[in-house]
Amino acid sequence: MSRKDRMSGNEAVAYAIRQVNPDVMPAFPITPSTEIPQMVSTYIANGEMDTEFIPVESEHSSMSATVGAEAAGARSMTATSSCGLAFMWEELLVAASNRLPLVLTLVNRTLSGPININCDHSDGMGARDTGWIQIYAENNQEAYDNFIQAFPIAEDVRVHLPVMVCQDGFITSHAVENILIEEDADVKEFVGEYHPEEFLLNPGKPVAVGPYAVSAYSMEAKYNQEQAMIRSKEVIKEIAEKFRKKFGRGFDFFEEYRTEDADYIMLIMGSAAGTAKQAVDDLRDKGMKVGVLKLRVFRPFPADEIAEALMKCKAVAIMDRCESYNGCGGPLASEVPAALFRKKVLTEAVSYVYGLAGRDFTVETACGIFSELEDIVMNNRQYEQHRYVGLRTRQ
Amino acid sequence: MSKEIEIRWHGRGGQGAKTAALLLADVCFKTGAYVQGFPEYGPERMGAPITAYNRISDKEIRVHSNIYDPDLVVVVDETLLESVDVTAGLKADGAIIVNTDKAPADIRPLLNGYSGDVYTVDARKISIEALGKYFPNSPMLAAAVAVSRVMDKDAFIREMHASYEHKFAKKPEVIDGNMKALTMTFDALESQLSV
Repeated sequence: MSRKDRMSGNEAVAYAIRQVNPDVMPAFPITPSTEIPQMVSTYIANGEMDTEFIPVESEHSSMSATVGAEAAGARSMTATSSCGLAFMWEELLVAASNRLPLVLTLVNRTLSGPININCDHSDGMGARDTGWIQIYAENNQEAYDNFIQAFPIAEDVRVHLPVMVCQDGFITSHAVENILIEEDADVKEFVGEYHPEEFLLNPGKPVAVGPYAVSAYSMEAKYNQEQAMIRSKEVIKEIAEKFRKKFGRGFDFFEEYRTEDADYIMLIMGSAAGTAKQAVDDLRDKGMKVGVLKLRVFRPFPADEIAEALMKCKAVAIMDRCESYNGCGGPLASEVPAALFRKKVLTEAVSYVYGLAGRDFTVETACGIFSELEDIVMNNRQYEQHRYVGLRTRQ
Repeated sequence: MSKEIEIRWHGRGGQGAKTAALLLADVCFKTGAYVQGFPEYGPERMGAPITAYNRISDKEIRVHSNIYDPDLVVVVDETLLESVDVTAGLKADGAIIVNTDKAPADIRPLLNGYSGDVYTVDARKISIEALGKYFPNSPMLAAAVAVSRVMDKDAFIREMHASYEHKFAKKPEVIDGNMKALTMTFDALESQLSV
């Protein structure tokens, strides 16, 4: 039975970690994810879980220790944010290429500079080509639900890839909201026991982890890694379906909110999706046919599914909470139009950058974007791509 | 129609405005409401102005932005009236509560022409009498409940007793003082609320 509770996003993830009770958790604190290892340490000190917690001296070490523990055959995880993730860079690639199914709970925070502790997606997006599966949450409930699904996805024999479970720093990590919590036994049953097929501390069946590969074999390793990422799509769908059957909630690659007859769709990730949904309801009351496509799974990128979902709309606003500094838009602004083009879906697509370094994203801003899309289509207006919303105006 | 109340808290770092917002979310949750309680972080340091927010609703809350047109503003530190535009966006049919020893009529001229309801609570006096120390957040929490009427007094007192028993499990000696601060605040506001 689900239990009604109220928790912050960090509390919800720490609670899920206690329920999963992984074997090893090395961690180094960084705002706004610090509370997660702090709460886990408290659970351990109180005897409520028996995870081996390893305090380390940096994120380079926390990811290294997580990689080592996972390779040894232990279910392992860590937590971080922002510059902490940047400092794990080398090991993120080591984890994925060694096909280690570890889990990282990322509380999204901007990267320097200016130095700032608030939310955007530049940390997670910066790691988008490291070979990790990435799942984003709208609220504390999804942060909790996604974490529970992470281990079964990562450890599936068809996948064997690390999973990054992301939530928005402060906006959900530090906001207390209603949540449905599942019973320990149900969560444990859903996640299951970890029985790695091959691991270092297995005297009867020795393996090497991370050896040099000559050029005659390296490319095949990388091809196989990409095949695993492609296969992970079916596993993510299966696990989402299993979760929905057991607990009655959730989506696979994305949520489509009132998009069935929508002329204008906003494609967005994370906590701002809830704000956008409110804008959709407000505008629907005024007769505007609008909807939201909330992307949950960013890696693997569900390109064909997105193209199909956007096939019938007149225009889409592609919302990046991240700047790529490439002169033409953020990561979604590059990947969504490529997905549309491959499927010959020629809907108008406008890219927006919003919410950098904690800049607030409001219902009013979302409504303004929908009005712009309508103006572009109805009045055949020429428009500038790569637009910023929410910038200060000169006084 | 859904009913949603939006509250904005102004305090200084270290005074417990964030804690009060989280406690309000907590106690409203126990009555079955949908709640949000969250802080807005600037450069955190003791004494710097901070803001915290509550949304309390009978429907699921999906919006994740700050609050710009609150129904209620709670000012935990009177000196903020000089430096922060505390009534910005505050609804004309809403209300503001200020922690001060002055009367509402003396505070209104400092509120940039705000025409809605103004309440004052002397949280310092209440806190020192009830607790022996100055912790303004319990009185201001009680004031927020009394003015917003998000829940009735008896339910609030009952739920807060349970909350304090949990929160102060290791120092039960402060529970009675905090409970006294809550009821003293309701009593102190009675004359202003009945007008």
